[in-house]
Amino acid sequence: MRFAICEYGAGNVRSVELAFTRLGATRTDDVRVADLAILPGVGSARAAMAGLRSRGHDVALRERVVAGRPVFGICLGLQLALDWTAEDDGVDGLGLLRGRSLRLKEGRVPRMGWAEVDDRGAFYFAHSYAASTPAASAWSEGVVAEVRAGSFLGCQFHPEKSGEVGARYLAGVLEEARSLSLA
Amino acid sequence: MRFQELRDVGDPVELGAAYSHAGADELVFLDVKATLEGRAALVGLVQRVSERLAIPFTVGGGVRSVADADQLLAAGADKVAVNSAALDRPTLVTELAQQLGTQAVVVAIDAEGGRVRSRAGTTETARTAVDWAREAESRGAGEILLTSIDADGTRAGYDLELTRSVSAAVGVPVIASGGAGGAEHVAEALQVAQAALLASILHEDPDRLTSLRAELHALGVPVRRVEVLHGA
Repeated sequence: MRFAICEYGAGNVRSVELAFTRLGATRTDDVRVADLAILPGVGSARAAMAGLRSRGHDVALRERVVAGRPVFGICLGLQLALDWTAEDDGVDGLGLLRGRSLRLKEGRVPRMGWAEVDDRGAFYFAHSYAASTPAASAWSEGVVAEVRAGSFLGCQFHPEKSGEVGARYLAGVLEEARSLSLA
Repeated sequence: MRFQELRDVGDPVELGAAYSHAGADELVFLDVKATLEGRAALVGLVQRVSERLAIPFTVGGGVRSVADADQLLAAGADKVAVNSAALDRPTLVTELAQQLGTQAVVVAIDAEGGRVRSRAGTTETARTAVDWAREAESRGAGEILLTSIDADGTRAGYDLELTRSVSAAVGVPVIASGGAGGAEHVAEALQVAQAALLASILHEDPDRLTSLRAELHALGVPVRRVEVLHGA
């Protein structure tokens, strides 16, 4: 399995790379040919979108989703895949799936720490915005924790920072990507 | 002065890996003497530690600019903690938040008698912990790591009064630090803070983390289920 990480010039993507290589996958630089394209989640929305566009990742990711090829978004990566996010006074997203990202209204913000995701165990979250979308497939304390639409899968938590539970989740992501690329 | 009794407790890489395997929720690495000795945190060490972790990793010590922070994130840190440099120049917090996002910015506050001290507790400042925490939040801090110099090293429990007052003043998560002696202290701290930091009692005996988790669970504190798959 070859995976590509859509870098956009911010933050730590090393932990994502390490997490996937520990599972036996190999990193490639080419977002178009990789078996799995990963949209990581660091930094702020406006800078991230500008970074994605300037590197052509926006077009490459849309092409992948149209072709039914796997794309996996983490945290901000999930939020950027939606139509729009309220962050940074409102930023248009990639529109890979329907929905918007809105500022969290309850509890301490940013929402930092470990929280249960349905009955799948606890994962690590670090976010101030969350998806509002018909594509929600898992929840955590009333917050959308995972979305699925066609070949796009996104999670609001950081599986690469969620210990053994997170590693198992990522193994599942790889498994799904494998079966999608075989289909 | 308890704060000054810094001891060498072993190899940070091995300790970090052991904590990660034993179910630590997060690892905080503070090179507390970095500012005093005028050096940046040990980037190479951060890289070696982060390669052994699959949990969130906060690094602080000597961070004075966005460039310093970028270096730490590139080495594998998820968040940076700032203390003295932010007190000297509070706009540093704003710059870090704009560049890295608030979730990556931890403002560490060392307080004695409710007042902030800088440079690893060696220097007085004119600020109260409550006011500084409020300002840090307004400038974009995503978390406050609050250490009570009074409680630190006592093992008599966290400084609940200080922690409660700071926690009530801000809307971001507060991590209580200093004074942990046992599970009951952690349970108390989590009544007023969103997280509790453990240091010396674990460094002496890393296996203590496993028993602490069980004791916390018995006290009714929600603790995430951890499967220890690898022998540490």
